[in-house]
Amino acid sequence: MKRVTEILKGIRPEFDFTTSQDFIRDGMLDSFDMVMLVSSLDRAYSISIEGVEIIPENFKNLQTIEALLRKHGVQQ
Amino acid sequence: MNFVFRNKRISGLLAIVPEHERTFLEDMKNFNFSESRSIKLKEMMGYDRHRIVQEGVCVSDLGVFGLEYLFNKGLLNRDDFDALILVTQSPDHFMPPTSNIIQGRLGLKQDLLCLDINQGCAGFLIGLAEAFLLLEQESVRKVVVINADVMSRKTSTQDRNSYPLIGDAASIALLERDSRDSVIYANLKMDGTRNEALMIPAGGFRMPSTIQTAALEDVGDNNLRAKDHLRMDGSAVFNFVQVEVPPMIEALLTFAGTSMEAVDYFICHQPNRFMLQKLADKMKLPYDKMPMNVVERFGNSSGVTIPMTIAINFSKQLVETGLQVCLAGFGVGLTWSAMLMRLHAFRFCELVDFPDRASV
Repeated sequence: MKRVTEILKGIRPEFDFTTSQDFIRDGMLDSFDMVMLVSSLDRAYSISIEGVEIIPENFKNLQTIEALLRKHGVQQ
Repeated sequence: MNFVFRNKRISGLLAIVPEHERTFLEDMKNFNFSESRSIKLKEMMGYDRHRIVQEGVCVSDLGVFGLEYLFNKGLLNRDDFDALILVTQSPDHFMPPTSNIIQGRLGLKQDLLCLDINQGCAGFLIGLAEAFLLLEQESVRKVVVINADVMSRKTSTQDRNSYPLIGDAASIALLERDSRDSVIYANLKMDGTRNEALMIPAGGFRMPSTIQTAALEDVGDNNLRAKDHLRMDGSAVFNFVQVEVPPMIEALLTFAGTSMEAVDYFICHQPNRFMLQKLADKMKLPYDKMPMNVVERFGNSSGVTIPMTIAINFSKQLVETGLQVCLAGFGVGLTWSAMLMRLHAFRFCELVDFPDRASV
């Protein structure tokens, strides 16, 4: 989880991602950020998040991102 | 819907791009976006530069310029083609058809079928399909398909989700019968229930342009856009492409009785590099089989990115060996289409600049 938080911080350093339950609703991640996040997660964990998985629901908060990573075999 | 076209071919391609170039980083400075974020985005999405028409330039200007170039170079005779198809979402006027305007400006013969098709990123393939159908007629010897858009003129300069990515361009394809025993397979699909995913809401008869529709509105993320401008639901479009395009291509290859391995290149419309990489991943294709180098140099110019990809990358290979290609377009409508064909040496295959001084 810490690594994901660091990645998020790298994309939007001005926000504290541990306090929000909905990054998109709270204006912390926009569509460009989501692309950057996917690309960073792909690289960091050597996975390829599928295009069909790039939907706001999967990037709502740390728990949903963690669930997506688990689906790709990543153990936090 | 599947189509089969026998003994037809593309015999020439010309891509036309405005001389005027803007860089992505230059544009992003207008959006209160830090330079480091812009650079990251540029690398991921593959946006570097884009070509934009000068004020006042219309689709017919690009089309007339391209056809005159071909006539003057002796690459095409003005009486050699019997149909002129124009695929565009940015016509000069509601009426008359812009293809008629091009015919008139060039003084082309009256025995010429002029036809406008309102299509976007899948439009090049829709235009090809229409042209191949026309070539079934004995009276039609050759067809010119112009695919052109100047969407920058309908995009808010203050909408960073659209403006820095958009490109203006045109292409001219020449199509004719093929003396070889060639077969072209195509699949075209449409879903009008999702028509609002890509839309210019105002300006037609449903919502005529007014002072109100021209007013910029805050649409979130510090983006300003009017109802007269292009509106794109980026997330919905991205998802649509990832869900619909791979199975369409797979079904087309099955229909044609061939395999992914037998295709030299998958030449897809190029909205951005990230989307294409995800598409290639999904299709288990190495990235070098799916060219992605047009959008970074010229921007997303709707369906024109497909002929531009061929003109930029493959003119030499076409002469030497020919290529088995699968073309794929996807966008407004929603519309998605794929076409499998063998490309041989063309009469012409190049990219030319539309000079700023040619602006009207």
